[in-house]
Amino acid sequence: MIPLLVALVVIPGTIGDLMNSAGMKRHGEITDWTLLGLIRAGRDLLHNFYIVAGIPAMAVSFFALMALLSTSALSFAMPITASSYILETALAKYVLREHVDWRRWVGASLVAIGVALLSI
Amino acid sequence: MKQHTGFIIDSPRQLRRVHISEQPDPQQPRQSLPEQTGSVPQGMGWQQPEEARLIWKTVVVSLVVIGFNVIGSYALTRGLRELGAIVSWSPLPYIQAFADPWVSLGVLFMIGWLISRLALLSWADLSYVLPVTAFSYVLNAVTGAVYFNERVTDLQWAGICLITVGVALVALTPPETLEVNGRR
Repeated sequence: MIPLLVALVVIPGTIGDLMNSAGMKRHGEITDWTLLGLIRAGRDLLHNFYIVAGIPAMAVSFFALMALLSTSALSFAMPITASSYILETALAKYVLREHVDWRRWVGASLVAIGVALLSI
Repeated sequence: MKQHTGFIIDSPRQLRRVHISEQPDPQQPRQSLPEQTGSVPQGMGWQQPEEARLIWKTVVVSLVVIGFNVIGSYALTRGLRELGAIVSWSPLPYIQAFADPWVSLGVLFMIGWLISRLALLSWADLSYVLPVTAFSYVLNAVTGAVYFNERVTDLQWAGICLITVGVALVALTPPETLEVNGRR
């Protein structure tokens, strides 16, 4: 049960992040921060395939994490979910074509190790 | 110089294009406009304030994302500890959990977290947003120690230090990938 929940946190979470990032870049920078502007942006995003597919993936990941949080298996689960920082950084470089310099690699690795240490 | 007012600028790239097209100088030949996929000329005066604006905006929205996460996590942890473990394939126990005011408050803040994070991703790189917003782990650990009387072990302090250094390192990089000389 627990390994399956960990997989349900990591895989849909990673796919959701990639799709949301790709979808938001297609939408363009949010500049209108009024309520009306945000509602208008939200309406536009309803027609954005990446966001429409990415949000349910994030929701699956979120509920799986909620289930994990309510168990006592955190010290086992979190180091594995922490590894998704490195996985997602690699995918951001090769799939999203982001410029990932050494500071981002080292930073993501330190964060991943730190998150793993926090849960021990 | 013709001043332009009252029109919407959707992206920093468009902003740059507008700046150029709004400064018709008969002395200088009209410069070729930077295309979305082309290179951005370096060292032009108008690029500096635009970069500073984007960095400030990124810092502020990142702090909002982190804030939503920390408050949401606190509320969810409080609510879920009152309810006990939920591991079920049926959605019913999760829906019932919403009856707890702490859980619903936590979910509300997590929706805020999702929206602010999407907004941040509309210009900032995923490889920037992920590590930088991980600072919420540090604040969540501190919240746990202060409000839930969780003991912070030496290893956890080491983790907090590593995350902080990692966040600082990534925060030093420009938040947005701009294509320079064809290299991304």
